[in-house]
Parts: sequence; structure tokens; C-alpha cells
Amino acid sequence: MAFTADKLQKVQEIIARYPDGKQKSALIPVLHLAQEEHGGWLSSETMDYVASLLKIEPIEVYEVATFYSMYNLKPVGRYLFEVCQTGPCMLNGSDQIIDYIKEKLNIGVGETTADGLFTLKTVECLGACGYAPMMQLGKHYREHLTRDKVDQIIAECRAKASSMN
Amino acid sequence: MGRKLLLEKAHVEGIRTYEVYRREGGYASVEKALKTMSPDQVTEEVKKSGLRGRGGAGFPAGMKWSFLAKPEGVPRYLVCNADESEPGTFKDRYLMEFIPHLLIEGLIVASYALGSNRTYIYIRGEYAWIVDILETAIAEANANGWLGKNIFGSGFDLQIYVQRGAGAYICGEETALIESLEGKRGNPRIKPPFPAVKGVWDCPTVVNNVETLAAVVPIINLGGEEYAKIGVGKSTGTKLISACGNINKPGVYEIDMTISVEEFIYSDEYCGGIPNGKRLKACIPGGSSVPILPANLLFKTAKGDTRIMNYESLSDGGFATGTMMGSGGFIVLDEDQCVVRHTLTLARFYRHESCGQCSPCREGTGWMEKILKNIETGKGKMSDIDLLWDIQRKIEGNTICPLGDAAAWPVAAALRHFRDEFEWHVLNPVESQQRNFGLAHYADPRPVPATA
Repeated sequence: MAFTADKLQKVQEIIARYPDGKQKSALIPVLHLAQEEHGGWLSSETMDYVASLLKIEPIEVYEVATFYSMYNLKPVGRYLFEVCQTGPCMLNGSDQIIDYIKEKLNIGVGETTADGLFTLKTVECLGACGYAPMMQLGKHYREHLTRDKVDQIIAECRAKASSMN
Repeated sequence: MGRKLLLEKAHVEGIRTYEVYRREGGYASVEKALKTMSPDQVTEEVKKSGLRGRGGAGFPAGMKWSFLAKPEGVPRYLVCNADESEPGTFKDRYLMEFIPHLLIEGLIVASYALGSNRTYIYIRGEYAWIVDILETAIAEANANGWLGKNIFGSGFDLQIYVQRGAGAYICGEETALIESLEGKRGNPRIKPPFPAVKGVWDCPTVVNNVETLAAVVPIINLGGEEYAKIGVGKSTGTKLISACGNINKPGVYEIDMTISVEEFIYSDEYCGGIPNGKRLKACIPGGSSVPILPANLLFKTAKGDTRIMNYESLSDGGFATGTMMGSGGFIVLDEDQCVVRHTLTLARFYRHESCGQCSPCREGTGWMEKILKNIETGKGKMSDIDLLWDIQRKIEGNTICPLGDAAAWPVAAALRHFRDEFEWHVLNPVESQQRNFGLAHYADPRPVPATA
């Protein structure tokens, strides 16, 4: 694991946001960058690399990576469905949406499809309560989910994946 | 139609861009503050405005600013709390997404008042696309001379940076946020020392919510006294309410804190009533941690006064018969919703989000979730209801940060007002798996519409 030159440049830009000697503050943003570059999850090699970049101990990276829910410590599918299940989403049928995704992809929560394309994860409130039910897919939210919308999203991901292969 | 101070221009086409925002009168407060006022005068106006923190606690913002320590030669920091994570709350997201320059403008004025030369916006990690929107707005503000060195010859230097979190409700607590900004786990710190004395990198720090900082713009433009004339009593200015749950028009509304709760739910200007002609069962008006109220206590206080959407009226009656304004996350439950199930999702949320530092919260939130799950799935015992009450009492007030209280209150309020629904689940383990309890005695006090 090593960043490309332009990503290393990005790391330097992030470090420059903080006063001298406070480069540890760059840890959370740099872990996001590392996860994006490394197939959507953080291996211990990746975390060690981040530690070396920021001149901190590997344990300082592990303790942060294990605390925040957005870091994946195991490999995930190419498309990660993060479906909210907290109160306001539940009132608008998120339980049924989660059941439908399970049925449609034939996986349980926390599992990945055999083709490695999809992982289903349930998450707690993402701040889209007025547009429920919802999921996060990559950088964006998919809101007002219905069974039809879930079908569309899955088809869209499959199409994108086959055009990339 | 209430007066709008924050979202008035949010629907102007192109308002997200600097050009349109400026044409619509944006950045006037920065000109006024930096050219005609001293930093202390800015703080004084914010004090006079009566602005209360919009993140949930409602602490007077001007007073918080005046506590900031100013030792010679030590940098001071302003950090904007954009870690919006309280279930039911999505107002800051709306403001940042649609009118980002309003926040940048407020941050410049507030940074000037506090003497912060590096200001950070700590935004929840999931709002990834909003990071781009804010960074674009910051770049535009830089290009047009509103940020950088010696801004408009004032001698004041400022740079604003966006820091993305990575999924942790606890980082909305200001000391946990500071820890996270330092690249650590979001474990809240013991106070004192308060951030005003020892905050980020041990320097004096003010942490304010997005909406609070945006409100600084109209306060400077209008003057603190004029701003304080809007609203009523100690609820001055306007408040953003994010409305969700079982309503016809979920969304973000700016209110002037003089309208009644009933009007807010049923008026077409706001929530537009409940879908499919259903009746109201309950409401959590200020984000998931504030007490849930049954419909009969929501529209009128225990004394019989009309309940108004403001800090004082919502909390009238204390926790026995009232609730709180909180973050303005307004969650409506219709007659077909199950309070036990809803409370279970909140208990699961707090168990998931507990940082694990204090045992009453770490253990207690897990126990509450397990017991609620048993009751919800028809496996509960009558003694579980008392046990739940006992656990929440032992969490409240016994933790470093308010997450413990936030986890205890929803369970306490659900038991206080909906105990018969919990008992019904225990006594009817089969039936409770097939249908919901319904309205019962705390029925919607509104007249039943005549049906043909």
C-alpha cells in the first residue's frame, strides 16, 4: 500500500490545515482517503502506512479506525448499501426496505454477495429523516426508497459494474 | 407567514454560488463588522440578541463567547459543529447544502469577534457531498477577498477549513468533537476545564452549531436589539425545525417561535397534517433525546395553555408533562405506530453511539436495548418495565457527557406516558406481534372528522 504522488500531495494539503506539529489531526481525513484508495476498507497494512505518513504510532491509527463506524475493517463489496434503521426511518418503512434488499440480494445484514458486488449494512441515523427511508451509497444519499427504487439502484450498480469489467 | 432570517433566500436560483449570494446582499455583515465594529462590539450585539445555541442545549451564545479566555500569545479557535446526528435533525444539512455562503459569512464575523485565525467546520463524515459544497464556497470567499490575510485592511487574518468526521454521534458533544479534531477517538473530556479555557490543542476554543453561527449574520445586519424583538421571551429570533415522521410535508421550516404546535403540524404552510387522514398519537419535538409527548399533552400544557413552538412553552411542565425544543428535530407518530418499537430503535441508536467510556452508559444502553427488544417481540415480563425505569434512572446524571441523559430520557418518557402500551405488549405476547396498540386514552384531542 502506497499513495500515488497526487494523493501524497493531498495528504500534505490536509496536514497544512493544522498548526505545526499537529499533523495527527489529519488522521481521520487521511484514513478516508486510504479507504477510498484501497477498495473501500482498511487493512492493517494500510493503517500502518497511514501511521508512517503522519509519524504516529500504528496503535494510534487502530484505535481511531475501530471507533468510527465509517471505516470498514473487513473487505466490502464494490457497492455498499448503508440503510438507516433509526426511529424516523422506521416510521416510514425502513424495516421493509431492509427485508426487501436482503431478499433481492439473498444476503443478510453485514454480508456480501458471492459476486463481490454488494454489501448490506444497517446504519444509525444519517440525517435524512425527512426523506426516509434512505441509504447511503458511496458519497451520496438515496432517499424516499421504495421497492422499485431499490430495484433501480441494484440494476444501475450492476450496469456500472459490467461496463467497468 | 413567519419572518425568515436564514432561509429567506435559500430558494433563489443559484444562491449556492458566490455571485448570486453577494448580489442578494450577502457578506454585508462582514463589511459592517470588520469596518465599523470592534470584536467586543460584535460579541455585545450577539449578547443583546438573546441568541441561544441552536444545537440542542439552548445556552446563550453571546455568554459562551464572553467566557473565551484570551491569554496573550496563545491562539484561539472557533469550531463550527456540523456533526448533525441527533435522530430527527437535518436542518444544518439543509442550510449548508442550499445556502453555504450564509454559514461562511457567519463564521467570518464570529471568528473576528473571537479572534480565531484558523476556523474549522467539523462536519459529520456521511455528509460527504456537502464537504465539496462548503469547500467550493470557501474557495470563492477566498478568491473575493473575504478570507486570507488582512481582510479588507482590517488587520484580521482568517482561513476556514472543513474537517470531515467518520461516523460517531458522540462527536456532536463539544469535547468529543475536539478530541476527534485532534485525530483521536471521540471520547468526551471531563469538564472543567471547559473548551473556552482549554479546547483544541489545549487552546481556548468556542464550539458553536451551524445554525447558531448562521444566525450571527442577521444579528449583525439588524442589530442585536432588533433581532431580539422577533420571537417571544427568551426565545428570540427564528429557529429551523426539521420535521419528519408521519406528516404530509416533511422538510426544514424556519419559524419565529410564536406559532402553536398544533398549527405547525396541521397548517399547510408547515407539516400539512398527517397522511391518509390518520390521527396523531405522539410527537418528539426536539430530536430523539427529548421526551416524547402523547397528543393530549402536545397541543396544550398541563395548565391548559396552548403549547407554542419555543424553548419555554415546549418545556412547560418539566419532564412530567413537558418536553424540550432541543435541536428542532420534530418527529411525528401517527395512530398506527408502536411506541415500544420506536423507543427500541432509539435505544439501539444510543447503544451503538455510546463511546464506552462511562459504565452506566456503556452497559445501561445495551441493557435497555435488550429489554426493549424482549418486550417488543412478546418475550417481556412485567418486572422488565420497572427494570427499564430503574436502569434509565441509574444512567441519567452519572456520565461524563450528556449522551447518558440523552439515552435515558426517551425511555423514561415513553414509560411515563405510554406505560399501558408496554404492559399490553407483556400481557398480550401473541396479539402484540400481529397488531399495534393504537391510540388508547391519550387520544388525539382534535375532533374526529365526520366520515360519510
